[in-house]
Amino acid sequence: MEAKIHLPDPSLIKEELINRYPAKVAKKRSKSIVINDPETIPEVQANVRTVPGIITQRGCSYAGCKGVVLGPTRDIVNITHGPIGCSFYSWLTRRNQTRPENPTDANYITYCFSTDMQEENIVFGGEKKLKQAIQEAYDLFHPKAIAIFSTCPVGLIGDDVHAASREMKEKLGDCNVFGFSCEGYRGVSQSAGHHIANNGVFKHMVGNNNTPAEGKFKLNLLGEYNIGGDAFEIERLFEKCGITLVASFSGNSTVGAIENSHMADLNVILCHRSINYMGDMMETKYGIPWMKVNFVGAESSAKSLRKIAEYFGDAGLKARVEEVIAEEMPKVKAIVDEIRPRTEGKTAMLFVGGSRAHHYQDLFTELGMTTVAAGYEFAHRDDYEGREVLPNIKIDADSKNIEELKVTADPVLYNPRKSEAELEELKAKGLEINGYEGMMKQMASKSLVIDDVSHYESEKLIELYKPDIFCAGIKEKYVVQKMGVPLKQLHSYDYGGPYTGFEGAVNFYKDIDRMVNNPVWKLIKAPWEKENTEALEASYGA
Amino acid sequence: MTTAAPAATTAKAATQNACKLCNPLGACLAFRGIEKCVPFLHGSQGCATYIRRYLISHYKEPIDIASSNFNEETAVFGGSHNLKLGLKNVTQQYRPEVIGIATTCLSETIGDDVPMILREYAAMMGSEGPMPTMIFASTPSYSGTHIDGFHAAVLSAVRTLAEEGPKRNLVNIFPGMVSPADIRYLKEILNAFGIPFVLLPDYSQTLDGGPWAEYHRIPPGGTPTSAIATTGSAAESIEFGSTLEAGKSAAGYLEAKFGVPRHHLPLPIGIKSSDRFFAALEQLTGKPMPEIYEDERRRLVDAYADGHKYVFGQRAILYGEEDLVIPMAAFLREIGVLPVLCASGGKSGLMKKRLLELVPDMEELGIKVREGLDFVDIEKEADELQPDLLIGNSKGFAMSKRHQLPLIRIGFPIHDRFGGQRLHHLGYRGTQELFDRIVNTVIEQRQNASPIGYTYM
Repeated sequence: MEAKIHLPDPSLIKEELINRYPAKVAKKRSKSIVINDPETIPEVQANVRTVPGIITQRGCSYAGCKGVVLGPTRDIVNITHGPIGCSFYSWLTRRNQTRPENPTDANYITYCFSTDMQEENIVFGGEKKLKQAIQEAYDLFHPKAIAIFSTCPVGLIGDDVHAASREMKEKLGDCNVFGFSCEGYRGVSQSAGHHIANNGVFKHMVGNNNTPAEGKFKLNLLGEYNIGGDAFEIERLFEKCGITLVASFSGNSTVGAIENSHMADLNVILCHRSINYMGDMMETKYGIPWMKVNFVGAESSAKSLRKIAEYFGDAGLKARVEEVIAEEMPKVKAIVDEIRPRTEGKTAMLFVGGSRAHHYQDLFTELGMTTVAAGYEFAHRDDYEGREVLPNIKIDADSKNIEELKVTADPVLYNPRKSEAELEELKAKGLEINGYEGMMKQMASKSLVIDDVSHYESEKLIELYKPDIFCAGIKEKYVVQKMGVPLKQLHSYDYGGPYTGFEGAVNFYKDIDRMVNNPVWKLIKAPWEKENTEALEASYGA
Repeated sequence: MTTAAPAATTAKAATQNACKLCNPLGACLAFRGIEKCVPFLHGSQGCATYIRRYLISHYKEPIDIASSNFNEETAVFGGSHNLKLGLKNVTQQYRPEVIGIATTCLSETIGDDVPMILREYAAMMGSEGPMPTMIFASTPSYSGTHIDGFHAAVLSAVRTLAEEGPKRNLVNIFPGMVSPADIRYLKEILNAFGIPFVLLPDYSQTLDGGPWAEYHRIPPGGTPTSAIATTGSAAESIEFGSTLEAGKSAAGYLEAKFGVPRHHLPLPIGIKSSDRFFAALEQLTGKPMPEIYEDERRRLVDAYADGHKYVFGQRAILYGEEDLVIPMAAFLREIGVLPVLCASGGKSGLMKKRLLELVPDMEELGIKVREGLDFVDIEKEADELQPDLLIGNSKGFAMSKRHQLPLIRIGFPIHDRFGGQRLHHLGYRGTQELFDRIVNTVIEQRQNASPIGYTYM
């Protein structure tokens, strides 16, 4: 790909980013700031602890566990065990949508339960209050499941949320109660919480209901949290193609569906970072292969549907998928043709998530825009470099503290959906079966890849690159816009969306057009408009 | 004055849909109102991230909060090393004049002695040139609410910086947790009276500023440390906050330590409470109320007269911080609205007593006052009380939707409407704005419910 635009020399930029840091910090940060080469894929230091005082955009283990993975399931009552803040801050803040089948069906997503620990609970222990809270939630709703989430002080004062959960589960009889040790100080980011959540959901929910699922092409959708209605668009496409969605982990999901999910024949993974553990564990225990897909971007959606059809290997399904794509694409193309002349040649930066910084590049490509720098907030090396690096990832103290479940094949339910030979054949056709190539392979040579970008670094990057759009979250939004650059929130979508599938792609194109071509930016003089940064210019391309 | 038993609290053990936020959030907000200050949370990074994202959703401005990023080891062995390293890194990158340090439930649970760690840090860094001023507030999230953290940070700023000196023509003003627009209005009033003042904390610019023509590590604005130093020699402090006790307040400290009289007032919301505030300024400066505010007051009285027919007899549920709810209830009585329930997640034990001072016939009117409530409790009350209006922050939206009641958004957090940081609540101007919004909400309801498309309502 030949970049048509002049971009700064990445090595000078890297230098510029780290020269303000104390020597030790600079050395550490320089390993996380990498100049990409899609051919050789350099190593990126990722999933290492943020240095104290370097303001990070990362969250905590509790946020990953309760907020991300468990939050979107509508009929679990989630109780936060701790002081009030954590539950308040995770109360509907992720914009997960859900659609109960009937208006009277359980939906606790708008509720925020907390044990609201007080000083006496810290001193004398909070288990009694926790059990009362479980009882109160049960009396109020009679839910199918109650999940307990530990916040920082819980582990330290020695409250055993697991024992309390077991006791209450037994006492209540018809309610599945289980706990998560997701104290905020565990692990280096929300990523630890994802892993803890995967373990808990796998142990306490998956496999509880062995009723065979109906349908010919049955799959689970993993790592899709229905922010802004993303899952609804994917569900629409599955339905149109005749693909049965058994369970979603966990956008628009229910306890019942997750308990029955091991009856599906394929797991498709969107956000590899947050849910790959589940894919692996279900593969080992039940013989269900997983496959990486991406429903962000119209082309990517079409490709993903084709991959699913290829996996099931059914001529009828393949034909139907082609029909659906042929039906959906013209609407998308009409909009792209209209918008692209206004977005072509513009540049974007994406610093977000554990998969979004990768997936959203496809949408920008469809608009003719170049991603000049990207990075994740809480991903691991495999999300950057591909899963081939997994054996080489150094296990540090932080990762060791997160339990690795020992999973074995289920003596009764293990049933390999595809033989080894069939899987090899599918891989040869380009399907990412039990694998993920990572983000860097797709990115241009000499683009910058930065893990856990700090507040300071992102400001510097904007100054040096002058991108047309910056994608991140609410914490970055207003500082970036102060500098005259629009920021697209890719966690909350600026309260828009959906952005998946074909309809989502159209929404995104329109939103980006509105943002990068908005007259309001002409009123804001960007800092560089009075500076001369010619010295950093260099020719660029691969 | 009748003495009252404390307000009834919740019957539940747990909290469902809280009507309060946590202690360190308030401290971070207050620290944002000190010039060239970086707030710093001693605990897990998640606290800083959550609080940043939450504050930003209301103010729509960048808010950096540093953290000592506890890990499992730190949680077991103490956070001294992380805190020192964090302070060093913040100093190097942001070049702050002040670092505002607040604790979290984690560092409080393990019992980190932050003042001692700060002394060690100062000794360690002694030879490396001037250090930022460290202002420390203890804010364990397992006690109190965000308001306690806010006041703890303000008190700590004054305790750290205020100096003794010959009394001067200066008034301190501690407004509490009000909007940036309210702060700007207070400053305008003080300027109009022509009296030098120190307003703390002043986040009117840091949390509601313009685009940046140049890069700022720390957004411009805030109360300068040099100004905070002079609070010890002021002629008087005016401090808002009905339930704020002297022992926990900056003005209380200055009175005890430097003999600066503390003039303690409810937030000036409504005509009577605003009159008290303006009277205090008149007394202090020996000047009459500036004509512009006389005008505002006249217009407000005129508006009350013109709009009373819409709002009189309306029943409202009022919720939020105790210090906001109390003067709001008094204002609602002025305009004939009955606050059938005054609810707060806070639990000072003083709410009923303070409200009685402003609304002496409160009990005859059947006004319920309840502390330590959550939204599930409030909704239960709403089932019985059958209100016409809800008045409070965005968190009442689910209740408003379920009960099909209009919600008039005030205070914090407001993240489902645009411009929460620019809402006025205080003085004649703020009261005017509140009054107009309440009247218009009632008119809109009637208009929408009318079978005929009346444009005169």
